[in-house]
Amino acid sequence: MNVPTNLKYTESNEWIKVEGNTGTIGITDFAQNSLSDIVFAEVVVGEGDTVGKGASIATIESVKAAADVYTPISGKVIAINEDLGSAPEVINSDPYGAAWLVKIELIDPAELDGLMDAAAYEAQVQE
Amino acid sequence: MGEPQLCELSVPGRHGLRYPAPDVPLSPLPEALLREDLPMPELSELDVVRHYTRLSQLNHSIDTGFYPLGSCTMKYNPKINEETARLPGFAALHPLQPVETAQGALVLMYNLQEWLKEIGGFAAVTLQPAAGAHGELTGVLIMRAYHHSRGDSQRDKILIPDSAHGTNPATSAMSGMRVVELKSDARGNVDLEALRLECDHTLAGLMLTNPNTLGLFDENVLEVIRLVHEAGGLVYGDGANMNALLGVVRPGDLGIDVLHYNLHKTFSTPHGGGGPGSGPVGVAAHLADFLPAPLVTILDPGDEDLPPLYGLVNPPKSIGRVKSFHGHFGMAVRAYTYIAMHGAEGLRRIAEHAVLNANYLKARLQDVYHVPYNRVCMHEFVAEGRWEDAPEVHALDIAKRLMDYKFHPPTNYFPLIVHEALMIEPTESESKETLDAFVDAMLKIAEEAHTQPELLKEAPHHTPIGRVDEVKAAKELVLCCGVSAND
Amino acid sequence: MFIPHTDADREAMLRTIGVEKLEDLFQVVPAEHRFPSLRLPPAMAEMEIAAEMQDMAWANESARDLSCFLGAGAYNHYTPAAVDAIIRRGEFLTAYTPYQPEVSQGTLQAIFEYQSLVSSLTGMEVCNASHYDGATAVAEAVNMAYANFRGKRNKVVLSPALHPQYRQVVRSYTVSAPIRLVGDEPEANLKAGPEALLPLIDMDTALVVVQYPDFFGRVYDYTALAEAAHAAGALFCVSVNPVALGLLKTPGEMGADIVTGEGQPLGIPLSFGGPYLGLFATRKEYVRKMAGRLAGETVDNRGQRAYVLTLTAREQHIRREKATSNICSNQGLIALASAVYMSLLGKHGLRQVAELNFHKAHYAALRLAKLPGYNLWSGTPFFNEFVISCPTPVSEINDQLLDNNILGGYDLSQDYPSLDKHMLLAVTEMNSREEIDLLVEVLSEVSHG
Repeated sequence: MNVPTNLKYTESNEWIKVEGNTGTIGITDFAQNSLSDIVFAEVVVGEGDTVGKGASIATIESVKAAADVYTPISGKVIAINEDLGSAPEVINSDPYGAAWLVKIELIDPAELDGLMDAAAYEAQVQE
Repeated sequence: MGEPQLCELSVPGRHGLRYPAPDVPLSPLPEALLREDLPMPELSELDVVRHYTRLSQLNHSIDTGFYPLGSCTMKYNPKINEETARLPGFAALHPLQPVETAQGALVLMYNLQEWLKEIGGFAAVTLQPAAGAHGELTGVLIMRAYHHSRGDSQRDKILIPDSAHGTNPATSAMSGMRVVELKSDARGNVDLEALRLECDHTLAGLMLTNPNTLGLFDENVLEVIRLVHEAGGLVYGDGANMNALLGVVRPGDLGIDVLHYNLHKTFSTPHGGGGPGSGPVGVAAHLADFLPAPLVTILDPGDEDLPPLYGLVNPPKSIGRVKSFHGHFGMAVRAYTYIAMHGAEGLRRIAEHAVLNANYLKARLQDVYHVPYNRVCMHEFVAEGRWEDAPEVHALDIAKRLMDYKFHPPTNYFPLIVHEALMIEPTESESKETLDAFVDAMLKIAEEAHTQPELLKEAPHHTPIGRVDEVKAAKELVLCCGVSAND
Repeated sequence: MFIPHTDADREAMLRTIGVEKLEDLFQVVPAEHRFPSLRLPPAMAEMEIAAEMQDMAWANESARDLSCFLGAGAYNHYTPAAVDAIIRRGEFLTAYTPYQPEVSQGTLQAIFEYQSLVSSLTGMEVCNASHYDGATAVAEAVNMAYANFRGKRNKVVLSPALHPQYRQVVRSYTVSAPIRLVGDEPEANLKAGPEALLPLIDMDTALVVVQYPDFFGRVYDYTALAEAAHAAGALFCVSVNPVALGLLKTPGEMGADIVTGEGQPLGIPLSFGGPYLGLFATRKEYVRKMAGRLAGETVDNRGQRAYVLTLTAREQHIRREKATSNICSNQGLIALASAVYMSLLGKHGLRQVAELNFHKAHYAALRLAKLPGYNLWSGTPFFNEFVISCPTPVSEINDQLLDNNILGGYDLSQDYPSLDKHMLLAVTEMNSREEIDLLVEVLSEVSHG
């Protein structure tokens, strides 16, 4: 299982990459693997929306399961990955790259301190 | 190649039905409002009959084989039900006729209301809900209306045990309620400690499936209900598992406030490949005024010369209509026929033998298929479809392999609290010979799982089709003849 | 009878379980409530219940005994014999929901055929495996539209000419949601056409719902209304009588986003109101927002064409409290009946039966309009149902009609106080010219008092 060390993680299996004031959010390799073949992904927020930490930002469906994706931090949505609608399987093949879901402009960088690092997340999913 | 689709069978110029020529003068058609094209198939009657008959032969059904599907109560559907529901006096009766011309139907509905009250221990019953989930919605809307009528509109929390039926959370959400899941204790009962923690002034109620989806009767049921009532909440009973309780115990006597029946499970109306169902709701006296409108009642008791007059009445604080007309009357006719043929003793015999059959299967299978929460079960039980020494085999593989032995698989992967769940409900209809043959197949499969696991992984082998590509179905989304919905 | 156990079977089984008697299996049930004595009539044998049910059925005067001019959402049509022959097959009748595709291809392909037929008939792209009835299908459309805008649009416009019971069901379903239902207030102008709804549509509107033909039988082209709804960003829903679509322009052509309807006219018996069939179709862009089961085409591991329930991750058993609907059962067998009906009638029969309804209803309406004291709501095209105002209360007229073995029309004053003495009459292919002439004759006697 792939858990890149340059990202932060949530208990609900989202990752966030922070560059400057921008956070890029997706779901982890563990999450895509548990869902198995993903057939649908939809971002449920729009550019310009302000979302509070823990708000639902996307829905991902496989044949047998559905998962809501929650934002790990509060902020303003500045970009949405439009490509996932037609190619949701990318979430299976490249969860940390092409399958990012949204980019958010951080409001309170201190929220990042509450997230897990790679080691802590790896320990969680091993349980 | 399987059976062609209708659009492929269609041949221009063919007719399946001829109508008589008009016996009235023709009127001009409204040209601007006419459709340009009517792209429907063109087939002869034999084309149609053969097509659907061939399709029917691809199905497993109760009439052709054992169907031990947990929580679905796939009992025999007596043929007389189909005759009575089709009597022209019922089948050709318009729902909006004057009640004076529909007394036979109204008497039947009234009696069925009364019988369901008696069987469940309730003060009033509505026949309007169309299915189990629809009955749940009706019940939770009644609970909501009750709390609001008492100025208790802050009560918006519904507790749902993790051993409850899958529809319960969606039903609560549809009724504007918050859902809090309650875990089960080590014996498969509602965890009383967890329940106590949730009993506060926001509690609207608890949705209790008893026996639960493990097939277990809650050992603390009276205490569970007492705690909820003490906190000002109501208890909803999911009556999908009533087949275990007929003549054994009345949910209303236990203190359950509202419950839906499934006529298509307990009372033998056919499942029809997914419906129609019928989900009457029974309520205790304090909820009777909230039932959907209308109910069947006696408008005039009559006298020595005149029979009583049956008609419709709207309860004073009704939640309103949940469906057009009077519910699934045709299903009510079937259930009425079934109950009338059983009487009180016959109903008790149903429950006793449903429970006997389930415990017999459990006793014969439990040494090979691990049964967690293993105590005397009710009408069904849940076993695990996995073995440590056959790690590649899953419940799904056992289910698929059973089809090769001409049995419908049990419900699998539900309830979620058992790993690799196989939920088995034999019903009272099945003979010892059938149960023994099923056990033989299950034991043979357990052996195969250890000796030839690939036989299971690739099963079924002897069905009209093999395992399907569900990912392709969901991605390409072909929902109509020759058209992809994903273009 | 229905329990096959012999005494020997029971004893052997109890021994295997390790208990002595059946009662021992119920020790967990609180003793004070165990084995109540139920007050139910004594059990009847099959021949006894058959006779009793026959008596109860005879106590009704059905559309077989009377000339039926009553519609208002349930219609007396002819059902070809092959429909019942197919749905009585045990393989369809006694199968469960097709969750195991390998042993359920019959049900699955039948649903797929049903979806194809309804999509074609309504002019829509996708259709689900059905809802409970026409009323709950509209309520589900309201829920779907509300969820589509994620709660950002809170208004739903309901035409006052949408079936009164459907509007009641929508109100029951939406009681806990912050949805405002407008358009069907008691003071609404019932003679107005769809343009009366235009001023109600705004940027807060999630859905506009109309009926086609409407509850009063009238046929309007809703294209302009659909455009207005779309211009405001709202969705547009049309509740249909599917038999009318054998003749009339489809809601799809008019721009509907959702088509619902009561499928009962498609070969389903009146059966005192149910079980009927809730049609539900939409555009492909909304397919995932639609509740209910869907059968999709795919292939199996042997390379054969196959069918399976698809997009199940939208449904209640997976989405739990986040699903838009709790619907689980569809109307399986009834959907099958309608599919057989549509297959048999096909392209020609559906047009023919629609024309018969049209011509017979117009013959009746034109004759009634000439009677003194009766006035036909005219000026708008209608299909097989129409409104006439009468010289005396409808209930009195219906009593006289009943004396002549005629089931009269629907008394509109029950739902619309302003329509005192207004009757809604339905005429189908089942009504012969003689029946219509007798109806006219009796009504004429009424007006002459």
